[in-house]
Amino acid sequence: MKNPSVDTHLLPADSGSIGTEPLLAVDNLHVEFTTRQGVARAVNGVSYALNAGETLAVLGESGSGKSVTAQAIMGILDMPPARIPKGEIRFRGTDLLQLSEAQRSQIRGQQIAMIFQDALSALNPVFTVGWQIAEMFRVHKGMSKKAAYAKAVELMDRVRIPAAKQRVNDYPHQFSGGMRQRIMIAMSIALDPDVLIADEPTTALDVTVQAQIMELLAELQRESNMGMILITHDLGVVADVADKIAVMYGGRIVENAPVHDIYRNAAHPYTKGLLESIPRVDMKGQELYAIKGLPPNLLDMPTGCAFHPRCPFRQDDCVTDVPALHEISGTRSSACHYWREVLDGTAG
Amino acid sequence: MGRYVVRRLLQAIPVLLGTTFLIFTLVYWLPGDPIQALAGDRAVDPVFRATMREMFHLDEPLVVQYGYYIQGILSGDFGTTFRGLPVSTIFEGKFQITLNLAMMALVIEAIVGIGLGLIAALRRGKAADTAILAFTLLLVSIPTLVSGFVLQLVLGLQLKTSTGIDFFPVAGTSEGWRSYLLPGIVLAGTSIAYLTRLTRTSLMETLRADYVRTAVAKGMPRRRVLGRHALRNSLIPLVTYLGADLGTLMSGAVITETIFNLNGIGRQLVDSVYLSENSVVVGIVTVLVLIFIAANLIVDLLYAVLDPRIRYE
Repeated sequence: MKNPSVDTHLLPADSGSIGTEPLLAVDNLHVEFTTRQGVARAVNGVSYALNAGETLAVLGESGSGKSVTAQAIMGILDMPPARIPKGEIRFRGTDLLQLSEAQRSQIRGQQIAMIFQDALSALNPVFTVGWQIAEMFRVHKGMSKKAAYAKAVELMDRVRIPAAKQRVNDYPHQFSGGMRQRIMIAMSIALDPDVLIADEPTTALDVTVQAQIMELLAELQRESNMGMILITHDLGVVADVADKIAVMYGGRIVENAPVHDIYRNAAHPYTKGLLESIPRVDMKGQELYAIKGLPPNLLDMPTGCAFHPRCPFRQDDCVTDVPALHEISGTRSSACHYWREVLDGTAG
Repeated sequence: MGRYVVRRLLQAIPVLLGTTFLIFTLVYWLPGDPIQALAGDRAVDPVFRATMREMFHLDEPLVVQYGYYIQGILSGDFGTTFRGLPVSTIFEGKFQITLNLAMMALVIEAIVGIGLGLIAALRRGKAADTAILAFTLLLVSIPTLVSGFVLQLVLGLQLKTSTGIDFFPVAGTSEGWRSYLLPGIVLAGTSIAYLTRLTRTSLMETLRADYVRTAVAKGMPRRRVLGRHALRNSLIPLVTYLGADLGTLMSGAVITETIFNLNGIGRQLVDSVYLSENSVVVGIVTVLVLIFIAANLIVDLLYAVLDPRIRYE
């Protein structure tokens, strides 16, 4: 595992290319899972980049590989059955995949932190929330119990948990869903990470609470200038907080775009389908659009473009040729042979 | 918490009445005349027989006999045997021996069972895991009679004659806690196998839990993830098993006590059943039920300590 060519000093501040190199760059990442039925290719050459203070929303349905990519960045995939045959994950210029497990666990939690979907199951039921937050300071910073608990109360205040001082010794089950997610957030930002990965942070919450949590995340990000990867299948959540969007389908990125461009017009039929399936007030009474068909089987991917069996604009070459990620502008790209037609509405 | 304990103790009363009545009835229905059993093959003097039947209320209906028995129990009297000995003197020392044996077995079981289970879970699918699973199969398959004598021979005798190490007494209780080592191992055998498998499953399940993934994502060292985050959660089902097993160990000690010549309650129970010593059998069962109830209560209270989601009001 240990690669002798990697500097044992963790991530030197001047890695040379810092000016051009983004904070976090995923480059041609492949992840596959060995199963009884064969090899499931969950991620097939995903690349994206994140700068400090920026929010990247990764959008896609279940099985699109968005969470697996995030888990690969965190280094919390179970390997085996998972395998990373190809690709790089560069954090401040250092390829995380080349680091030893000990070096990676120094980055996990301290420099790259993660929030999970269901805070009830993601928090340990047998320890108090204060203990779980304070643990970050005690283990990583060697703080005394008392100082660490004081920090925990401070953090609970910061994520606006009422009466933090009284509640620091409560257990996760004694909190409401929204409050639990706030505790999860407090834990993840405890050591001021540079990158925060939020994996569907609001999916398990009701709508009003969703908005509050997104607001809190956006605010914390502004204060600390961290980069955030927001994984979601909900286009509604994305619009207000994201700077750019990466749409994933079948383990690939099918469209990259600044958030406002994508809401104006999609450059990939899948993105177009997603946008059209958002309920809108002015469409009241009409049937809601749904993308027909099922997500691709990772064990048996369609030939050519993975989306072709469901694509309303399918042409013959879509079945045979895998489309490359075409650059549309400096900030925008689409993995569709007919992106021009999709973009100006003349496709199909 | 206090009110919960009181309520649980009150609940024990109907349980105790039910179990003692059941045992009392079963012994009542046993074939044979206990008075005749006193005399063996010889004829019994009719006057003596009548006096004895009168004294022990043997001609009364079942429910009345049971009433007399409970009346005695409530005043702290376990009754007398047909031979005229107070039952409490028969108990003397014997419960202690069986309890010592069961406790020794429980400790061995907990250490070996949980230890092996943890190793198996952490080495899942590897050679150590397979070996441990095969070992548990072996443990369940060997009858107590075989394991008892083999251990006596190998650890008790051959070890002493070949190396001079005299650490495992083969019989009796004269060597203090060491006397219980070999019988403890034998008695714990099957339970070790079950506990190993239970621990393995429990830890493997816990390791898949979201909160373990969270601990890893927090950058916690592997040792801490396992020892603090996973272990405590996987202990919860094991405590139930261990608590319930104490009763099983105590009542299942008969063969082990016989092999190792321990004068415990298991042998007394079997002897008394043969002799139709009604009051002794029911007395032993009563005490066993009490121990069972106490063990279960302790388990339930431990639950609340291990799992804060459980609160007793």
